[in-house]
Amino acid sequence: MDLAALALSAKLASLTTLALLVLGLPLASWLAGTRFRGRFLIEAVVALPLVLPPTVLGFYLLVGLGPRSPAGHAFEAVAGHPFPFSFTGLLVASVLYSLPFAVQPFTAALAGVDRRLVEAAHTLGVSRLGTFARVTLPLAWPGILAGAVLAFAHTLGEFGVVLMVGGNIPGRTRTLSVAIFDHVEALEYGAAHRTAGLLLGVSFVVLAAVYGLQRQAFFRWNGR
Amino acid sequence: MERSLSFEIVRRFARGPTVEARAAWPLSGDPVTVLFGPSGSGKTTVLRALAGLDRPDAGAISFDGEAWFDAARGVFVTPQARGVGLLFQEYAIFPHLSVSANVGFGLHRLGRAEREGRVAELAERLGIAELLHRRPAELSGGQRQRVALARALAPRPRLLLLDEPLSALDAPTREALRAELRHLLESSGVPAVVVTHDRTEALALGDRLAVLVEGRIRQVGPVHEVFSAPADVEVARVVGTENVFPAHLSRLPDGLALVRAGAAELVAVDPGAVEGDAYACIRAEDVVLEPAEDAHLSSARNRLAGSVVSRRDEGPLVRVAVDCGIRLVALVTRASAERLELAPGRRVLAVVKAPNVRIVPRAG
Repeated sequence: MDLAALALSAKLASLTTLALLVLGLPLASWLAGTRFRGRFLIEAVVALPLVLPPTVLGFYLLVGLGPRSPAGHAFEAVAGHPFPFSFTGLLVASVLYSLPFAVQPFTAALAGVDRRLVEAAHTLGVSRLGTFARVTLPLAWPGILAGAVLAFAHTLGEFGVVLMVGGNIPGRTRTLSVAIFDHVEALEYGAAHRTAGLLLGVSFVVLAAVYGLQRQAFFRWNGR
Repeated sequence: MERSLSFEIVRRFARGPTVEARAAWPLSGDPVTVLFGPSGSGKTTVLRALAGLDRPDAGAISFDGEAWFDAARGVFVTPQARGVGLLFQEYAIFPHLSVSANVGFGLHRLGRAEREGRVAELAERLGIAELLHRRPAELSGGQRQRVALARALAPRPRLLLLDEPLSALDAPTREALRAELRHLLESSGVPAVVVTHDRTEALALGDRLAVLVEGRIRQVGPVHEVFSAPADVEVARVVGTENVFPAHLSRLPDGLALVRAGAAELVAVDPGAVEGDAYACIRAEDVVLEPAEDAHLSSARNRLAGSVVSRRDEGPLVRVAVDCGIRLVALVTRASAERLELAPGRRVLAVVKAPNVRIVPRAG
């Protein structure tokens, strides 16, 4: 069993999800409420990772954040090491790659909250942030949870971007999916089975839990 | 300086007419102002601008000497800082919170004990004390309205804004709650602005009427005055051809009611155990004019002697005002007007059937 790879995948997926909650919620909140005409352009950019081959994203990240680019210099100055083949680099790539999986459900969930409820809270003297915490979040959480879980599961399963940006360094950038690839290449089918089975099981349990929770939430709001 | 609300709200829309509403009225005295107009006339735009939910393109809003909005000086006070209570058309109750959490929502700055005390006080006043632990989904339309009103009143707003407060209710409930809502608004002690397109609602709820036509406020005045003396043809078209009198109601036998309006007494059909202050409404087309000298037998219960004070020709019809203790406007055909020689000074009998005297009760 690749415990190191499992731990690394779990860590990467958790931090990616956290980053997407911190960065994705404000972005989704803006997308859900804005009347900006160029909004469709931002939406298209957010959706790009859905259609691009991971190698394309990985390639541009390597070029854009590689040691020879100004952004790469900046990254090195902040992180203390070069972008490629590092865990931080992997995290940046994962966040970008899973962006639509989080932001699209977030946006749908936030847009689904009745605007008048938000306005009612404002007229009752509650600040924007307070309204977000006391009205928007409690009403939108099933969608936000769905987005977070999708981002988590998607990061667990990503392969192309990891290989492009992170390489295959055990304990640092060798995630579960890369480990499975290694096993299959080396014809170690037994090890591949165990790891793949684990990933399948975890993904199913997490998704089942999310859908179950959403059902419950639905019934609670309808007073049943 | 007298406390007052004054505003000039200019809002342009990509589709539909520009709203350019300008008005002012005192905040003391008559508590309820009805913003009246057909749909699409800009009522909700004005209400949202007063609440601070929309920023007008130009103009200014001043409340009790405080600038809430001033385009020229770049002043815009957020809805949080205005201290207004807003009752939404569909009430906008928070579906994830209990009734008591809804009512106490705007009391976040108070301590727990104080908040609970205030919630209990409002629940008592609005008759929703038994509902405090319920979920919004379990409430009827009328109960939702009261919860929303309690929630809006809880933080002690300086101005109450109500957007079509009765339109989300079914007709029988609406009838029942009209008088009750008037009573609640009156007893709250908070000046209120009520948006409606319904004449009966305007009469039942308002003290003052501001008529909005195509984005402009055309007339502001006491409700019955605006109804019975519209400033121009457009206002008349919007408010309808009504004679509206403040009246005092007392019961007569046989299911009838005696209506005292000014120096006149009218007989109406008892609207259902209502006594006291009310508005009596008579449509101008329901007033029949007869020559004063020709007394004959008729089934009409109200026969008021008076003299013509004015006559205005409107196409095939003639609008005749008769002074018979009250100023009654009749709408007759031009042929009838010629035959009766209707002109100022002419003595006539104004005849109205009892069922045509409609009663709108005020505060029960």
